[in-house]
Amino acid sequence: MIGQEPIGEVVTRQAARLDGRRGALLPLLHAIQREIGHVPDEAVPHVASALNLSRAEVHGVVSFYHDFRRRPAGAHVVKLCRAEACQARGGAAIERAAAHRLGVAMGATRADGQVTLEAIYCLGLCATGPNALVDGRPVSRIDVDGVERIAAEVGA
Amino acid sequence: MTRVFVSGDMASVALGADAVAAALARAGAEVVRTGSRGLFRIEPLVEVQTAEGRIGFGPVAPEDVAAVLDGSHPNRLGDVAALPFFASQQRFTFSRCGLVDPLSLDDYAAHGGWAGLDAARALPPQQVVDVVKASGLRGRGGAGFPTGIKWQTVLSAAADEKFIVCNADEGDSGTFADRMLMEGDPYCLIEGMAIAAHAVGATHGYVYIRSEYPFAIRVMEEAIRRAAHRIAPFALEVREGAGAYVCGEETALLDSIEGKRGQVRAKPPLPAVSGLFGKPTVINNVLSLAAVPFILAEGAGRYAAVGFGRSRGTMPVQLAGNVRNGGLYEIGFGVTLGELVNDIGGGTESGRPVRAVQVGGPLGAYFPPSMFHLPFDYEAFAAAGGLIGHAGITVFDDTVDMARMARFAMEFCAVESCGKCTPCRIGSTRGVETIDRIMAGGRGGDRLEAMPQIRNAKGAAKTVGDEIGLLRDLCDTMKYGSLCALGGFTPYPVLSALDHFPEDFGLGAVSSRPAEAAE
Repeated sequence: MIGQEPIGEVVTRQAARLDGRRGALLPLLHAIQREIGHVPDEAVPHVASALNLSRAEVHGVVSFYHDFRRRPAGAHVVKLCRAEACQARGGAAIERAAAHRLGVAMGATRADGQVTLEAIYCLGLCATGPNALVDGRPVSRIDVDGVERIAAEVGA
Repeated sequence: MTRVFVSGDMASVALGADAVAAALARAGAEVVRTGSRGLFRIEPLVEVQTAEGRIGFGPVAPEDVAAVLDGSHPNRLGDVAALPFFASQQRFTFSRCGLVDPLSLDDYAAHGGWAGLDAARALPPQQVVDVVKASGLRGRGGAGFPTGIKWQTVLSAAADEKFIVCNADEGDSGTFADRMLMEGDPYCLIEGMAIAAHAVGATHGYVYIRSEYPFAIRVMEEAIRRAAHRIAPFALEVREGAGAYVCGEETALLDSIEGKRGQVRAKPPLPAVSGLFGKPTVINNVLSLAAVPFILAEGAGRYAAVGFGRSRGTMPVQLAGNVRNGGLYEIGFGVTLGELVNDIGGGTESGRPVRAVQVGGPLGAYFPPSMFHLPFDYEAFAAAGGLIGHAGITVFDDTVDMARMARFAMEFCAVESCGKCTPCRIGSTRGVETIDRIMAGGRGGDRLEAMPQIRNAKGAAKTVGDEIGLLRDLCDTMKYGSLCALGGFTPYPVLSALDHFPEDFGLGAVSSRPAEAAE
């Protein structure tokens, strides 16, 4: 159970909203993750039942896509672009500075649960890198001061 | 009340456009949010409506707002369209982007919107397909397959249901044209898809947008809602990706819409024959579909008259990475790579010499300045061991380490491989290891040193030269053995880095690069 409502009821309610859409698995997983922050393993049998799929199929999809989390993220999520265009603008150094300043390795959540730092491969802001998404907000031309501002914003 | 225009494009917002727009509103201006004109050096850009037309100021910070409104701000650009960067373009597809309110149906109609769809619907489907064929339009998403031929296959297929799918999973670093168009002129894409639907007899369409483009998803969803009556009986739906690069590959994308893992399908059958849910499906890139309204409205001849060789029409080129005038530059094919990088792009932003440019995203080749004479043309790039892809050009200055970039290409392939075929899944991992050994100067220090039976085995690679031979073999296997472009094209960045920059792999001339390049 996540919060007040049993996970099965969350799944049933979200699946009903998607009624009639073909290939509804990805939209349903997105909806679950938007509502409760991740796709817990307990949701898998409910999703399978709602869409008439096998649990293995649902598990296979949840684990295939980078976006779906099986555990909650930190209170704040910082996604740093590490694709070529950002690298051409000093992205690797900013990546190291961010990991150091935020106190968490790329791909990990800090022990206190405050920040998750993740790699992302291209936000389409390739002329103004290095780029990041900070709790969904795009930030460009990140320099050392920019790393400090992000750290302040996420309380790190 | 003064009317001002401020971009709401994700790149402009990332540079602070929201705060500028809020400050303008507080100062009493009527703020219209547009897409971006596409020159990010001047973003956040504010255009003020005056009796003499729109006067641009940029870049602008919130504290500049009073000076912008009274016309005294020093970053006055005048008529933005008259700036050399814009005046030298041929904007067929991006003619409205940055000018209009993206979600205003009135703006769209007032700027020539729907003329293509109306023209198409006055024609029988076969004639619409013939117009697209005559335009010479080729897929703007990568391989350059003729769009009209693809549509003909779907039109000719007998089925109770057909689909139009827009591949808006542009995941290539250095490309952002799809994002800009969807955010700045969504009805153009919707109109192109409705034309395609009429041409082939499709009733339902999907726009598959990558989750990394949250602004584009929001704008497209709202635009589809508002335009539903205009494109009926054709119905459209947005599908959000989930962070898998391989879903930009058309057959993986179809599986993803169907709710499966995004794994590539072996072809044949072609999607045009058996695509989404097993039905004949037109699957085109954003830029291909967005080029269609112009072609139907203005005529195939007007489109085909621009271009070079068999590459007709315009290409929205994206100048990215370490480049001064980064942004979107739409121009007819045939402009040279050097003109794009040096004349239009203005060289590097760092002011250091250009050392390499990667064209076509993470699967595209790296070219040195000695190849800047190459004309932007599908065939010319293929002949030079590269590809145009999404027409993203990522510029690197002389601090780049090309062995690291080759390693990154292999690593990216390993991270993003869908796992269906062995050359891509295993080859990319072995590729990273091999490049690591090359960068370390051969097999020394590798754990295999502790295994004499392997080290001494006949043919076991030991020197850098041996490892490079191994890397070339591996690339050959990936190129010819992979099911799709992810594994098949990763050899382009790897081998081009090796061929054009051998000194970074410990071969040939010692580089004169400065010490920080080793960073």
